[in-house]
Amino acid sequence: MSLIEFHRVGFQIGPKVILRELNLTVEAGETLVLLGRSGSGKTTALRLINGMLFPTSGQVVVSERPTTEWDAVALKRSIGYVIQESGLFPHFTVGRNVGLQPELAGWPKEKIGERVRTLLRTVSLDPDEFLARYPRQLSGGQRQRVGVARALAADPGILLFDEPFGALDPVTRLDLQREFPRLVTELGKTAVFVTHDVREAMKLGTRIALLEAGCLVFAGTPGEFQMCGHPEARAFQEVFRDAG
Amino acid sequence: MPDNVVDYDVLRDILEEGLPLLGEHLALVITAMVIAAAIAIPLGILVAHTRRWRALATGIAGIGQTIPSLALFGFLIPLPLIGGIGAHTAIVALVLYAVLPILRNTITGIQGVDPAVRDSAVAMGMTRAQMLRLVELPLAAPVILSGLRIATVATIGTATIAAAIGAGGLGVFIFRGIASVDKWQILAGAIPSALLALCADAGIGWLEKRCASS
Repeated sequence: MSLIEFHRVGFQIGPKVILRELNLTVEAGETLVLLGRSGSGKTTALRLINGMLFPTSGQVVVSERPTTEWDAVALKRSIGYVIQESGLFPHFTVGRNVGLQPELAGWPKEKIGERVRTLLRTVSLDPDEFLARYPRQLSGGQRQRVGVARALAADPGILLFDEPFGALDPVTRLDLQREFPRLVTELGKTAVFVTHDVREAMKLGTRIALLEAGCLVFAGTPGEFQMCGHPEARAFQEVFRDAG
Repeated sequence: MPDNVVDYDVLRDILEEGLPLLGEHLALVITAMVIAAAIAIPLGILVAHTRRWRALATGIAGIGQTIPSLALFGFLIPLPLIGGIGAHTAIVALVLYAVLPILRNTITGIQGVDPAVRDSAVAMGMTRAQMLRLVELPLAAPVILSGLRIATVATIGTATIAAAIGAGGLGVFIFRGIASVDKWQILAGAIPSALLALCADAGIGWLEKRCASS
């Protein structure tokens, strides 16, 4: 079943075209990686899924309903979102950061506390050690873990990742890249992951969608991606081969 | 009696008169600051996200600042309703002066919220009001308080001039002292108003630091 569908989606700001005629589907349970250079429209495509942006033409359908017909708050709360540098609220503790969405949804306090502890354990952080810390007291990797825990808080079916590991040191990044597929599979989530790093795309994606200047030039498995003859795909393949 | 010897009768008179004047001074400053904050903070929040409104609001608020304070008091006296002799005219002038630093800092504080943090709040499905209450205002608080501190310190100083239009306050001592070439009277007005400004600076500065570190 397609959980997310892009039907001839266009997006432009004034005269500037960001996305054109994008047709793409994301099946339940898969991890689709949106790969492309900076400015190729990846983040815009991601934000069209949770209603942070709306298409200027065509439509994005989430769970069989166009995003324009969803209640804006309900759509966003049904989708987890993780961004680079995690976007944690610096004035809230780790516990409050992770528990904020359930709090906004009106969960009882004890249930929130329980949920936060479970989630921190899920992302390999000891609740007793981290609950009361502030984001500034965490390392980059720990912040991203908390960011993932926060995105999972209201148990969304879909998770969106916008270059979440982009600002991490290579060792921490590799750690999280190893853990990520396990987490997504174990929790049975559907994920859309934005990156410009082809190695990350090959490692994490069950499918890769390659964007070039707002156009989709390839969509397929990592194996198929390596065989793709499109010049943009070949440019990324070369980077992948050079990286060994 | 030599000029530098304290005359205790004069001192007693100054103290007796000084306390009510200090009270008047505080009342002027507090009233003006409450009104200025009630105008500038909501206005700052409203215009912070729109460049055109932001420029308009700071532009209008800036006009008051360009007029010298004594001249502004003078301009206000002939105006109906808000003008005339007395405290209310002084409060109008003090508010006009205090609005700009609070407005500017409110805008700077709200604009200074990390875009990634704002994105997270939007993606979480926060309503505009929740975003303001839970994210923007707490994060902008130190900068807004800094604006309040600057405005309060300036208002304490400017309020001494308000005595010129019959608004009372510690300026009464200063003006009278200058007119009668009496340094004790001048100091009786100048020292408490300077101490008041220092206390306000330290007190609000402490709040600012507490907000920034939490």
